[in-house]
Amino acid sequence: MIRDFSSIEVLQILSGMQATLILSAIAFVCGGCAGLAIALARTSPFRWLRIASGAYIDFFQGTPMLLQLFLVFYGLPVFGLRVSAWTAVTIGLTLHASAYLGEIWRGGIQAVPKGQMEAARALGLGAFSRMVDIVLPQGMRISLAPTVGFLVQLIKGTSLASIIGFVELSRAAQIVSSTTYKPLIAYSVAGLFYFAICFPLSRLSAYLESRFAVKT
Amino acid sequence: MSYQFKFEVLLPFWKELLLGCALSLWLSAIAVVLGFSLGLVTALARRSKSQFLRGAALSYIEVIRNTPFLLQVFFIFFGLPALGLSFSPWSAAILALSLNCGAFSAEIIRAGIDAIPRGQFDAGAALGLTPLQTFRDIILKPSLRVIYPALSSQFILALLTTSIVSSISAEELTSVAQSIDTVTFRSFEIYIVATLLYFMMATILSTIFKIIDRACFSYPMK
Repeated sequence: MIRDFSSIEVLQILSGMQATLILSAIAFVCGGCAGLAIALARTSPFRWLRIASGAYIDFFQGTPMLLQLFLVFYGLPVFGLRVSAWTAVTIGLTLHASAYLGEIWRGGIQAVPKGQMEAARALGLGAFSRMVDIVLPQGMRISLAPTVGFLVQLIKGTSLASIIGFVELSRAAQIVSSTTYKPLIAYSVAGLFYFAICFPLSRLSAYLESRFAVKT
Repeated sequence: MSYQFKFEVLLPFWKELLLGCALSLWLSAIAVVLGFSLGLVTALARRSKSQFLRGAALSYIEVIRNTPFLLQVFFIFFGLPALGLSFSPWSAAILALSLNCGAFSAEIIRAGIDAIPRGQFDAGAALGLTPLQTFRDIILKPSLRVIYPALSSQFILALLTTSIVSSISAEELTSVAQSIDTVTFRSFEIYIVATLLYFMMATILSTIFKIIDRACFSYPMK
């Protein structure tokens, strides 16, 4: 039976937005924690840590996100882990986010003037305190704009989860499109919802850029 | 771990995989060329005197940049036929990729134009150069130098984005991998191989771009 496109269909698409937002939030937070470790490894004094984290970043920035999701989705069962689409997608997006955020924050950490580190050392602060109290707060401020920019990219990226069968905003639109035979409206509505989340974040990123970016 | 990796079942498909790589590269090259031209027009429209043109260019950029590429592909391939505009998967893929690339290039090009101080144009005029000479000898190289890194990473980004058009079964590396998957049932192996192929293409491209950068855009050593 072909259904009409009514407010119920709009709500059905909207309900997909919940999954999109939760997925983005989890991937951003978990990816942020892992990304911080990557950024610290990338700027550490140990050569092998720098090389390993560099290779990790290069891999995720040099391969398509869709294939990364495929690898996690088809790879986990190979290692004996039967996981739901939810878990697979969350793990895939978290890994993806950790590499990108790691690279963004590496840039931020390295943009902090060297004198700051030297001054902290002269004051007798320990290595941990130098990083946490002196370098990271300044580095994070510099990285704020690209971090929000990446969040937009991540939210848009969650749409790829629909390809491996995870129901979020894009998949909800696909389902509505096939029950109503109104793909034009269904995808426009979904696009509008994405725009409603991403546009304010993009503006925020541009604002932060003008406020916190390093002036060259 | 009881899983037996069997990469050898993929060996007979090397021709298909190679063709997939070529198609992906070709698709991203078309998208970048069309996208860059579109981006140039859009960047100029952003600076035009007509408010309508400025508004149109800005809405185009913001709509494309703030919605997922997957949805743009679906909109063009499944949505537009309702308006009587039907595309083959391949042309829908080119259209979507070019539109996407255009919006991102427009912002890059705008940054390049903005990077040239106004005084450079005045200086050219003061030296008695024609506007064309000023552009060619004074403006072009510095602005290319500013936008080159972003543009070259845009190319690699386009290459990685092409994988998404497999969702409308346009033929490129990912859809080739998917069809090999349905024949061999070795999903993990085939996607490992496809991922590595993308990685190799991206690495080779970025090396080539670095060489070009060093040859053409580095400041002369003193």
